[in-house]
Amino acid sequence: MGLNSEITNVKDGILKSDAVILPGVGSFSNAMSTLIKLDLVSVLRDVVLSSKPFMGICLGMHLLMSESYEFGHHKGLGLVNGTVLRFDGNTGSSGKRFKVPHVGWNKIYTVKNESHENKWNNSVLCGIDDGSFMYFVHSYMTKPENEDVQLSVTNYGDIEFCSSFQYGNLFACQFHPERSGPQGLRIYDNFAKMISGNFKDE
Amino acid sequence: MKTVRIIPRLDVKGPNLVKGINLEGLRVLGKPWNFARYYYENGADELIFMDVVASLYGRNSLVDIIKKTSKEIFIPLTVGGGLRTIDDIHNVLRAGADKVSLNTAVINNPELIKIAAEKFGSSTIMISIEAIKKNDNNYEAYTNNGRERTGIDAIQWAKQAEKLGAGEIMVTSIDNEGTGRGFGIELTSMIAKYVSIPVIACGGAGTVDHVLDVIEKGGADAVSVASILHYNFVAQYGMGDDFSAEGNIEFLKRGKAGFSKIQDTTIDEIKKNLVYHGISCRFDEQNLEHQEAG
Repeated sequence: MGLNSEITNVKDGILKSDAVILPGVGSFSNAMSTLIKLDLVSVLRDVVLSSKPFMGICLGMHLLMSESYEFGHHKGLGLVNGTVLRFDGNTGSSGKRFKVPHVGWNKIYTVKNESHENKWNNSVLCGIDDGSFMYFVHSYMTKPENEDVQLSVTNYGDIEFCSSFQYGNLFACQFHPERSGPQGLRIYDNFAKMISGNFKDE
Repeated sequence: MKTVRIIPRLDVKGPNLVKGINLEGLRVLGKPWNFARYYYENGADELIFMDVVASLYGRNSLVDIIKKTSKEIFIPLTVGGGLRTIDDIHNVLRAGADKVSLNTAVINNPELIKIAAEKFGSSTIMISIEAIKKNDNNYEAYTNNGRERTGIDAIQWAKQAEKLGAGEIMVTSIDNEGTGRGFGIELTSMIAKYVSIPVIACGGAGTVDHVLDVIEKGGADAVSVASILHYNFVAQYGMGDDFSAEGNIEFLKRGKAGFSKIQDTTIDEIKKNLVYHGISCRFDEQNLEHQEAG
């Protein structure tokens, strides 16, 4: 991708960076208490409130929300209003059972806004085809309070959930772009262009 | 509708990709990363790497292969074979793996599933169940790549693994593995009905219809295939590098005599057959796009 990256858990490293990616594997409460222990909560908030490109992936997306119901009820970073909820594999209008976790490839679709413009063009999803396959591994999903922040939605079982959202400089996705083949790599490519300021030139 | 995954499985011994029959008689087929890259570029949904002799010798040679592979392959990578401890799991995840496959270690210590799932997340922990049908029609789980009996009922074990926090279960019918006679449909369906986490069927594919069968009749959420793809790759590209290092290269010298049950094919052909029968998989646009670009 041509990006110099560093895996860090220290304040200075994060503050000095041009952009931040918050990935995530693990459980919500563990991750939050680790962020609190490392004194990174306010740092991440500052980054998101600045104009630095920020990407949250999977659990990194969940952590941005105000609250989660993963193994109890926990407060998140609260940068985006909304909750994190578990898939209920047993209910639904069709009464059909579906497997949780949701593991595998699934399609992401655009959310049309009132003016029918494609919001993807101004985001890291620029150039990706509507209905592209991305790789998902999760049991929980985000539900932003303000549906306008949603960039893409995905269907699983008989549920439609938010598979990515954009809020200012903050992009977050439920799928794993780094494991989604050429289409996923395009997201990092766009992210790199945003960091270097070349995104709008295309 | 569920989207089924096709997952090439790469058995690795030392520096080489190998393949056996009933998990035995390993033959060298080539270098693992050549196969891995080819499968990635041709529609694989994930890859599984198994160090097939690791648990026997207490070694794991996969870390270097994973480091190399994960830099150029952007689909999920699962690594298994000889992983014993939380540190072992941590090492392969750090090297670039997305998931680990555990068998021997968790049969010996089921609590390891719970500890690992809490530390790395359930989705990272795949439990591999390798089983043989007993005279009483129950299935018994085996460890050490099909070498050791455990006395544990495979179906009960699947349920326990799920309760302890496993994210997926990979099911191998040892009697079918490597034979090309088709998957262990009965074993797969018994486990798929009994657990609510995804089940990956492994071992036995000889034709594209076998893959279809284990999805339709076995209830598999994903299918792992090896010989059926490897033999196609070898037929097309030969053995490539030098294999003097270690292993039995008789297979490569002799051609595939004795493997007439396996009709080698490609991921594309497998998926075409699934789509034709109304099963959803990641197939359409991206593959076509890739062929044009390729």
